[in-house]
Amino acid sequence: MRYFSILLIACFFLSCSSSDDSSNYAPTPVNLEIPPLFNTLLLPPLIPIDNPQTLEGIALGRKLFYEPLLSNDGTQACANCHLAENSFTDPNRFSTGINGDIGTRNTMPIVNLAWNFQNNFLWDGSASSLEDQANDPIENPIEMNNNWPNVVATLQATEIYPELFEQAFGTSTITKEVVTKAIAQFERTLISGNSRFDQYLLGDNNAVSVQEINGFNVFMDENRGDCFHCHGNEFNPLWTNNAFHNNGLDASFEDLGLGGFTGDPLDYGKFKSPTLRNLAYTAPYMHDGRFATLDEVINHYSEGLVYSNTIDPLMKNIAEGGAQLTDSDKADLKAFLLSLSEPGFTTNPAFLNPN
Amino acid sequence: MKKIAFLLTLLIAFSACNSDDDNAAPQFLISVSHSHNWDGENVSSDDIGITEFTNENGEVLKITRLRYLISKVILTNSTGDEISIEGTNDYNLVDLSDNNTLNYATNIVVPPGTYKKISFVYGFNEEDNVSGAYPDLNTANWNWPGGMEGMPNLGGGYHFMQFDGTFAGPGIGDDQVFNYHNGTARVSDGVFEQNFITVTAENLSINSNTVIDIKMNLAEWFKNPNTWDLNELNTGLMGNYNAQIRMNQNGQSVFSVYLGD
Repeated sequence: MRYFSILLIACFFLSCSSSDDSSNYAPTPVNLEIPPLFNTLLLPPLIPIDNPQTLEGIALGRKLFYEPLLSNDGTQACANCHLAENSFTDPNRFSTGINGDIGTRNTMPIVNLAWNFQNNFLWDGSASSLEDQANDPIENPIEMNNNWPNVVATLQATEIYPELFEQAFGTSTITKEVVTKAIAQFERTLISGNSRFDQYLLGDNNAVSVQEINGFNVFMDENRGDCFHCHGNEFNPLWTNNAFHNNGLDASFEDLGLGGFTGDPLDYGKFKSPTLRNLAYTAPYMHDGRFATLDEVINHYSEGLVYSNTIDPLMKNIAEGGAQLTDSDKADLKAFLLSLSEPGFTTNPAFLNPN
Repeated sequence: MKKIAFLLTLLIAFSACNSDDDNAAPQFLISVSHSHNWDGENVSSDDIGITEFTNENGEVLKITRLRYLISKVILTNSTGDEISIEGTNDYNLVDLSDNNTLNYATNIVVPPGTYKKISFVYGFNEEDNVSGAYPDLNTANWNWPGGMEGMPNLGGGYHFMQFDGTFAGPGIGDDQVFNYHNGTARVSDGVFEQNFITVTAENLSINSNTVIDIKMNLAEWFKNPNTWDLNELNTGLMGNYNAQIRMNQNGQSVFSVYLGD
């Protein structure tokens, strides 16, 4: 019995000492601000168990997103190629790295990525999480051309970052893991769900024009636009299926896309369907930014399809080049697509540079 | 201390005996499997985009995508009680390319004996086929147009199937595409016909852990009773009433269901 009492006392002291360890670490849990349509129509956003959203983590991630010290020469931040005013993509066809190297793909926008349940990010699906996605640009020689030991040492040597990591993650020892976790937390807050078309779906009949409704009809008509099989509908407010398709851009491929990642020839030429939200700000379009305007995009699906072995059967009338939309349908479709843009997203103060 | 340890051991021993002494009839676990064949030849994800199949009308086709919805898998016992066999939901979106959707365990256990029937619904029945009602299916972009006033309307709810592929054209590189998409049939503006199929097998016995094997013979989509001409009916079929009804007619012989070990 005496041993039992000693054990109890030991447990008591052990538990006391472990709570003393947590000293200043008390991050504030934060729930994402979920748009009403997302709340009713979609599964809850995907938040990793080991990286919950916190006020401190999001603030740190935002600061890091705009931090040029992440690049090798301290000149380039994530935000240099993911511009808020462009829905966090780059208005240039290809981004330029710190050494003047030009990329080969158009920068992807960062919107509503907490709802990518397939957990495959980037045009080729090569990143398995938002945390994982943040790795590549930092190490990529044609982008930020840095290495993680250097990033960590640089941040660790600053006056402010160790304290911010302490507040966000309970450790002032900076690692690659906590840097990418913080950036991912910020990126998960980049939510867009308040376009005029959202307002229409929520009951404001004056939010969109007759032409925009006509355009939605083209979008939803299997014999005209047939856009909905890959790009959402009134019940899928992500406006993407987050899947990979060969959409008939080329007869052969310099960039294998998903196939370059999986090694499967059946995946050659497939790229992720991007969201149609905020198209007003995300030109140029396609994985290689080949189309400068939405008109060119619509013309591609209407008359410009090219056959290749892996073309998705959802591309229709390939021999004739596509859907053969009338000029009127094209204009309506374009109007509808633009109604999915949300000006407030690109100017949201919570998303802008805090540094 | 020894006394405490002894008492503790005794307590554990008695607890264990309690659960063993239940003397209940054995219970058997139920799991579900979806398998596919082309007139008896097994079809798997390995065949996607590679294997050529010849349909009843003579067209040579390849499968690019096969996804379909199965709901309301129900086992009915000899007294007529229904046991709903649920995976994560009361439905399963089966994807030939994703083995995780082809086989799944349930937490349903049943006693041995003879069962009146096993049944399931291909698609959703009218009551379940509610536009926008299922977040996971919305996220999967599985919706069938319709369901909101002023919006394009083919009856709403969800796709029952997306069977996409290519079939040989007259020359090399002339392959054509097909989208054999099935769901609610639109008769005319605002008038629709339900298009789901209920499949049943009767008089079954369960004497061990059991797999409900739901089989799809893909060839049947193209031959019985309607010989399907892909040159005529390939894309744009969702709003084509006759095509939708023929899919339903052919679908009657597509599925079968068995109980296995």
